[in-house]
Amino acid sequence: MAALLAPVATTKPISLPCALVPSTGLHGNLGSPRRLQWTKKMQRLCVRKAGPGKVTAKFELKPPPYPLNALEPHMSKDTFEYHWGKHHRTYVENLNKQIAGTELEGMSLEDIVVMTYNKGDFLPPFNNAAQVWNHDFFWESMKPGGGGKPSGELLQVIKRDFGSFEKFVGDFKTAAATQFGSGWAWLAYKANRLGVGNAVNPNPSEEDKKLVIVKSPNAVNPLVWDYYPLLTIDVWEHAYYLDFQVSSVIIKGIVPAFPYSHLCRVSRLRGRCTRAAFARISLYARNFIVYCECFSAD
Amino acid sequence: MALGRLSRKALLGLGGNGGRLGIGLGLVRGFETVTLPDLPYDYGALEPAISAEIMLLHHQKHHQAYVSNYNKALEQLQDAISKGDVSSVVKLQSAIKFNGGGHINHSVFWKNLAPVQEGGGEPPKRSLGWAIDTQFGSLESIVVKMNTEGAALQGSGWVWLALDKEGTKLSIETTANQDPLVTKGATLVPLLGIDVWEHAYYLQYKNVKPDYLKNIWKVVNWKYASEVFEKESP
Repeated sequence: MAALLAPVATTKPISLPCALVPSTGLHGNLGSPRRLQWTKKMQRLCVRKAGPGKVTAKFELKPPPYPLNALEPHMSKDTFEYHWGKHHRTYVENLNKQIAGTELEGMSLEDIVVMTYNKGDFLPPFNNAAQVWNHDFFWESMKPGGGGKPSGELLQVIKRDFGSFEKFVGDFKTAAATQFGSGWAWLAYKANRLGVGNAVNPNPSEEDKKLVIVKSPNAVNPLVWDYYPLLTIDVWEHAYYLDFQVSSVIIKGIVPAFPYSHLCRVSRLRGRCTRAAFARISLYARNFIVYCECFSAD
Repeated sequence: MALGRLSRKALLGLGGNGGRLGIGLGLVRGFETVTLPDLPYDYGALEPAISAEIMLLHHQKHHQAYVSNYNKALEQLQDAISKGDVSSVVKLQSAIKFNGGGHINHSVFWKNLAPVQEGGGEPPKRSLGWAIDTQFGSLESIVVKMNTEGAALQGSGWVWLALDKEGTKLSIETTANQDPLVTKGATLVPLLGIDVWEHAYYLQYKNVKPDYLKNIWKVVNWKYASEVFEKESP
């Protein structure tokens, strides 16, 4: 389970305790200046927790959790070979080169993403780090034979926050299809529905938390806003161009499905919503989405 | 003012049926729509630097989509303005910028390219050649700089050789997504734009963007860039 909760971390020993250190978790405090401050103390904390000799210095290109032809016809093997075998690999290799010998070496990928985001003033490794994270997450967001519809409490949360499952799917597709340029569409969990930067709710409650659909440009992902990503769709052209080409591509069949929703104990989030708890929900969610039927308007 | 004049024309029945008028312009409900310009060469004419398949999709699908969506946004804008719906007017700005920018950029891009037998790849002469040599040292220096900027550009966008028409100064600029060069400065004029969206090269070059950037210079139409330079230089 630990490995699954930290899908990108080759630095497994430190990824769980440290992955989200710069954040104060999902109890609000979105956009707080405190959130992104990366102190030497935090750094030392991570390194110490990892213990000597346990840190893998380099990130590895992890294979998708299914064969490269497993998502056909929605995503061809050819696309996958380039997308994973070339694009994803290049991000990993370039990231490793960029962090070698720097203070970033040995940190978890999530930490590097949040730290190098640097309040929107990206440090050089940001694009590669975030793209490694995004692609690892994207492969997990799809599954052969996925699709369908969630049930249980997760469906209730979707209904609560989007009106209906169908509305959610429609909104998700619209978000994906209307990204102006390269980027990503996300289903994410947001701790504070007010969306007020720097606001801290002294009495956080379930009502503060909300599922949201967000778009992000280029390499940016919701971790940098302190949202918890659940599902994603890559809308860079390289994700679909070999298969579908046309710019007016309609992301039709992004059908997030949660057939094991009885496992998704959303209720466990009600009292104390921790990132680890939400990661469990995320795991289930991610395993039951399928990225299908991108097709051209023509 | 222009709108008023066009509206009167529309009332006279010149464009009230939504038909096209003039080159690249149409009159619909009192505002000018844009149309997809023809390519000044065949789709296959830039091979092997850029494949016919890419050119066809790029022109007929991508550029056409920018044209259609820009016109659609204009129509929605017109409606919003007539209803005094300020919120919608503001909301439409992003679609107008993106699709209008896409139309502007691609219209320049097609003219920036030419088949080899029609002078594609021939270095600039006359005043632009001189300006490049004095300001950058050599043409090669511009090629290297633009290729470096293009390869480093994260996501979708454009790399430009720009002329600041107030001072005849040349510069290399990048813009994100479909932002036109004018968003980088009101007096900047595009002499040469290189599309580094993945759709510009992916079917042929896949993930190897540097090869696309290397080969496109074989079909760059410096003659067009020179003409713009001479026209826009004070």
